[in-house]
Amino acid sequence: MRRLLSPVPIAVLGVLAALVALLAYGLAQNEPDRGVDRALARGERENAPGLSLPQLGGTRTISLSDYRGRVVVLNFWASWCEPCRDESPVLERWHRRMQDRGGVVLGVDMLDVTGDAQDFIAEYKLTYPMLKDKDGHGLETYGVVQYPETFVIDRQGRIAAVQRGPVDERFMRSQVEPLL
Amino acid sequence: MRRAALALLLMAMAATPAAAVAKDCPQTTLGDIEDEVMCPVCGTPLGVASEAPQAQRERAYIERLIARCRSKDEVKQALVAEFGDRVLALPGDEGDTSVGDVLVYVVPALGILLAAAGIGIAWVRWRRARRQPGTGGGGLATADGARLEDDMERYDL
Repeated sequence: MRRLLSPVPIAVLGVLAALVALLAYGLAQNEPDRGVDRALARGERENAPGLSLPQLGGTRTISLSDYRGRVVVLNFWASWCEPCRDESPVLERWHRRMQDRGGVVLGVDMLDVTGDAQDFIAEYKLTYPMLKDKDGHGLETYGVVQYPETFVIDRQGRIAAVQRGPVDERFMRSQVEPLL
Repeated sequence: MRRAALALLLMAMAATPAAAVAKDCPQTTLGDIEDEVMCPVCGTPLGVASEAPQAQRERAYIERLIARCRSKDEVKQALVAEFGDRVLALPGDEGDTSVGDVLVYVVPALGILLAAAGIGIAWVRWRRARRQPGTGGGGLATADGARLEDDMERYDL
């Protein structure tokens, strides 16, 4: 008992406890923020976090607040993401459909090579505005953990729906159409 | 004949700079860079993220830059322009060495030193315990017991 109370075992135990605490902290930090999903499950709409990023391949900065008063379909994607290929035609179709009704699709290309993203845009003939998120800002502010993810933001700037994965016609009709 | 000679001369002149460039190119290799940069989406060094599609794209981008004869630093700068500072795997690569960049080397070194000291102390104590006569369970004489107690006190940190 006396030996257990000597400084060396205590120091070893202390180091072990610190390592376990560090591991737990690391795991907790990697846990995605799912506050938006929980709010939506409660039937509440949270204010969309601010987003201000440069235009993809350009110098102009575009902010989410520039679209206040319009319905925004905020789509996080990357050129290497296979499911993004499936949803891109859907998003383009809806962008054209929404334009005259106060809606817009806003693409955010995340952690991607600009040239690859531009090739992707050209391949799918996408015309909606595109932002470049080189620092992965959306990962933290929107809790994005997979590609693609889409947030539907109403005219008051609140998140009305979330799709973790590719959107399809059904999602757009059920979640976006009623807001227009 | 003159025309042929002129053509040969022109070809030689055109080839000389290209040959000079080819001699210095490539300036670096993918293997040299991928251990020093991150795959930002995977959250691991690029060299570790072998199969992830985003890592493969990043690798292809680096190879394109190498083919354009970019140096290692230039490739890293191009990666930072695309992915931000988080793409750099080595502390201090951002250029402005901060306290954190120094600590990242100092703390592990201190940890290793402390661990070595701990092992050394434990080994000395173990050796002394083995040398003590009559410690096999039969109990100690009063004088030996007192001396052991003194030794224990002395080595208790």
